[in-house]
Amino acid sequence: MSVGVFAVVDAQTLADAVGLGAVYALMAVGIGLVFGVLRLVNFAYGQLVMAGAYTLAFTAHWRVAWSIVACVVVVVALSLLMDRALFRPLRGASPPVMLVATFAIAFMLQAIALLVDLRDDTIGEIATSIAPLNQPTTVHGVDIRKITIVAVIVAAVTLALLALLLMRTTIGLQMRAAATDFDTARLLGVRANRVIGFAVLLSGILAAIVSVILTVQFPFVGPDFALRETIVVLVGVVVGGIDRLWTATLGGFAIGFATGVINGALPTEDTVFLPSVVFTLVIIVLLVRPAGLFAWGRGPVERV
Amino acid sequence: MRRYLDPALQLLAPAVLVVGVGIGSTLVSSSNEIYFLNALVSVAMVVAIYVFIGNSGVLSFGQMSFVAVGAFAAGIMTIPLESKTGVLPTLFPVLRDHTVGNLASLGLATAVGGVFALVVGLPLMRLSGLAAGIATFAVLEVTHNILREWTKIGPGATTLSLVPETTDALQATLGALAVVAAAFLYQRSRLGRRLRASREDPAAARGVGVNVHRERLWAFTVSGALAGFAGGLLVHLLGSITTEQVYLELTFLTLAMLVIGGLTSLWGAVVGALVVSALDSFLIEAEQGVDVGLSLDLPQGTRLIFLGAIMALVLILRPTGLTGGREFRIAR
Repeated sequence: MSVGVFAVVDAQTLADAVGLGAVYALMAVGIGLVFGVLRLVNFAYGQLVMAGAYTLAFTAHWRVAWSIVACVVVVVALSLLMDRALFRPLRGASPPVMLVATFAIAFMLQAIALLVDLRDDTIGEIATSIAPLNQPTTVHGVDIRKITIVAVIVAAVTLALLALLLMRTTIGLQMRAAATDFDTARLLGVRANRVIGFAVLLSGILAAIVSVILTVQFPFVGPDFALRETIVVLVGVVVGGIDRLWTATLGGFAIGFATGVINGALPTEDTVFLPSVVFTLVIIVLLVRPAGLFAWGRGPVERV
Repeated sequence: MRRYLDPALQLLAPAVLVVGVGIGSTLVSSSNEIYFLNALVSVAMVVAIYVFIGNSGVLSFGQMSFVAVGAFAAGIMTIPLESKTGVLPTLFPVLRDHTVGNLASLGLATAVGGVFALVVGLPLMRLSGLAAGIATFAVLEVTHNILREWTKIGPGATTLSLVPETTDALQATLGALAVVAAAFLYQRSRLGRRLRASREDPAAARGVGVNVHRERLWAFTVSGALAGFAGGLLVHLLGSITTEQVYLELTFLTLAMLVIGGLTSLWGAVVGALVVSALDSFLIEAEQGVDVGLSLDLPQGTRLIFLGAIMALVLILRPTGLTGGREFRIAR
């Protein structure tokens, strides 16, 4: 089986798959951080990325560094606003209610983006300034786009920094405590708003990073920018195991990597059925390991 | 007395609402009629979804798959033979060379939805919580992908058109009533009660001998059949349909209707579907400019902004939905 797969998967496919996996892993961390402290699946995460992408497009005539700064500022502000206006009043509501509320906000943000976008009577804006990073460079006969290298490095560095933060700082310890058992953590003096605010801030910064990377790869920005990616990452996060940040991140990487590899392995005329293959695989994994593919050594799994 | 009155009211109240909307559709101008009929088909879809999610407490994003297969089954089998070979030449011969009547097509949609749900539910109903939500979502993705790309069973990525528009005021009303009645009978039945027990406390339900997997599978199948039927109503209302119309957006909209009405009651499902439909219709009209005492003219494109904001607001103010997830009852 594995020999058969690797026979048709070349180095090019693997390089693309790793690049896709790295971006998805970053998104997974952003979603996983908020889920850890709030138990909330934030469907509107993709719209944060979309807002960042629009910022990059609208500031395309600025110097690149300032454009990226603007992107971070907008996304983080929107992320904090979302927490204040939506997550805080909904704290303690049932999971379906919180999820549907984030749907509502996601569609609202998309509608706002469409209105802003349509001021020039065309749908979509092009982020030109950072597009050159998308050019390929050839390593041993494999075309690797510069952004893929950047994405992998950025993902690795960001994850390492995040690990340091979570393991070595007080706020990191508090966040881990809150993610394990919020009520007990509060009893022991962890301030809920501070921990949640910090998680939302971090997840906003991650969304900004993702929007820069995605905008380089797909410079055409529309209202549904990153929507598809968010859905796939949400699936990956649950498949990996949403209860732990590391399993969620691995899940995000895994679904990106698997999508890339399967896409390369399928005969060209069958690639239209890529979603069917990927999501059938998702169903199988969930049936076998409902608590998460990477959730080892845990208590009995909820299954009836 | 209350022993008989309460359940009677629980069925009557939603039924009266449905009939009221049905009668309303005949009183308004023909350009406004579509809003009422849409609302009735939404009731059918949301109640179908409620049968599983509301009674089991398990979140499913997959019920739109059954609406989709129902819609395409009913649509493809009612396109007149003389045009079918022309517009859908790639179909399997058995689908291409046969056609059925309007009512038979609704029956077919019900059967296809139910069987599909049964097959899918058999393994999936072992799952709970987020895993169940994501697995059912994966079913939606696979269904959408196959319907969209496999041209032997449908129109593929093109629009399925020339479907007879038979869902009129009478059919929409009777259809929505039938779904409401089926949901009511199911939740009052022994099956429904066992499943609701497992929703409230899975461990205790299992302790008294409820087979949670089997009960969930029942609800999933009934829900799938009703969703297929609702899909049949939908395709005969619209006359043409694409796979995109029964995919993500409608999934989110119907779920939002259910949650806004109140997840755990039939009354909530009906109220949510009607209230959100009414709000949406009003906002569409308001974008064209409407006169409600003072004249209201929303800028183009603001409908979804208002809809999203109002939905979020309702959930913040009333997290258990407009009905609180309770059935209709008159205060003592």
